[in-house]
Amino acid sequence: MSELLDTLLRCLLVLVAFLTLPLLVGQMEHKTMAHMQSRVGPMAAGGFHGWAQLVADGIKFVQKESITPVAADRRVFELAPVVALVPYLVAMLAIPLGPFFGQGNLIGQDLDLGLFFVLAAMSVGVLGTLMGGLGSGNKYSYIGGMRVAAQLMSYELPMVLTAASVAMAAGTLSLVGIADAWEPWWLLVQLPGLVVFFVAGLAELQRPPFDAPLADAELVMGPLTEYGGMRFAMFLLAEYAGIVVLAALTTVLFLGGWAGPWSDQLGWVWSLLKIALVSFLVIWARVAYPRLREDQVNALAWKVLVPVALAQLLITTLVVIA
Amino acid sequence: MTRRTWGRGLLKGLAVTWRNLTHRSVTAHYPDVEPELPPRSRGVIALQEENCTSCMLCARECPSWCITIDSHKEIIPATTEGGRDRSQNVLDRFDIDYSICMYCSICVEVCPFDALHWSPEFAYAEGDLKDLTHDMNRLRTWMDSVPPPQPLDPGAEQGKELDTYRASLPQEDA
Repeated sequence: MSELLDTLLRCLLVLVAFLTLPLLVGQMEHKTMAHMQSRVGPMAAGGFHGWAQLVADGIKFVQKESITPVAADRRVFELAPVVALVPYLVAMLAIPLGPFFGQGNLIGQDLDLGLFFVLAAMSVGVLGTLMGGLGSGNKYSYIGGMRVAAQLMSYELPMVLTAASVAMAAGTLSLVGIADAWEPWWLLVQLPGLVVFFVAGLAELQRPPFDAPLADAELVMGPLTEYGGMRFAMFLLAEYAGIVVLAALTTVLFLGGWAGPWSDQLGWVWSLLKIALVSFLVIWARVAYPRLREDQVNALAWKVLVPVALAQLLITTLVVIA
Repeated sequence: MTRRTWGRGLLKGLAVTWRNLTHRSVTAHYPDVEPELPPRSRGVIALQEENCTSCMLCARECPSWCITIDSHKEIIPATTEGGRDRSQNVLDRFDIDYSICMYCSICVEVCPFDALHWSPEFAYAEGDLKDLTHDMNRLRTWMDSVPPPQPLDPGAEQGKELDTYRASLPQEDA
């Protein structure tokens, strides 16, 4: 009975995290971008520092109409936002946050194949935008969908390769195991892998500078052209949930998860801090860099990231054997 | 030719955005805070119609022909017996179409009687193009916002009229 209660509580906690962390990242994005670009727009809603901007956004999304185009593939079109959003919730189930005041690990479910599970779930998330692109019955969305597909195929490989390198170094696929096996000098050895993983993750999420599929100049938001109201909001939430999952995964794989002072008691705080830091990097990259052209996107994946990932794999192999 | 270090631009981008993040922004908070404009800024042209003699100089010099003037003559009867009646131009219409005005300031400079002035008011956008044509009465209201003329710079040449006047005075030291 208490085991069932425990499971329910863990699921509830993951759900709460899923509903709050992406919003926090969204708020951080609003404010950081506003400061970095010297804009005052996002500082107006509500009183102090525009705290109510997200609330205003929410009200705006609820008011708007969710239209399904006549030419759209109805089922696919309506299912796409869900397919984009839910996998990140599933992925969050298997990501550990660390010890909670010495009370065991704060995680939905500790899986032996945790890393494999999370990566697989993240890939399904990208499928949502693909469905949106192909199901909209709109040529621009279609091109956007095609670009998503090309990008997805290019970046899946370096991401998985670098993740595999860490798993090899740790000797386990369990995320808890990997974070436990982590040692500070990995930061140096796995640095190329860390960079590749982060960049590839950015591309997976179609975040700037890798948002050629959205390309608001020539494709008008690409796969999301026809979406309005709550469906669009779900896509948006999926993007932020994706950031959280990517940041959490980067933290666990490369930054040692909950490693830090008093990590037996406050492990989850360190985890959350590191997640916030990586999320900030994601936002920072968005402001600092211009969008890559479609051919540059794929060239970067195949000519830079894949070789670096393979080299990383080689280095890790040598280190593990030695 | 200097070889660029690879990745320098990437770091520079991060540095610039970081500097913006950590420093106070210089953005003008315009609708909340009125901007401090330089004293000679060209916002809108104000008309002091008492000074206008309908001489049409401004309308003729305007490069984009945005000024329309209509006037009629009124006879002022002679005040003394056997004197001559005098005539005076009375302004009927003075329109400036700000949708084609290019703010060159020629009309203001060419006006011989200081009937046209620059006012720093710039917020007169309209939803309809036709409403950008300001008539005489509206142009008159802009006069309220015309700042007093700037004092001359110390050491600057005095006005031509003053110099002529001084030259006409009997020389004291000779």
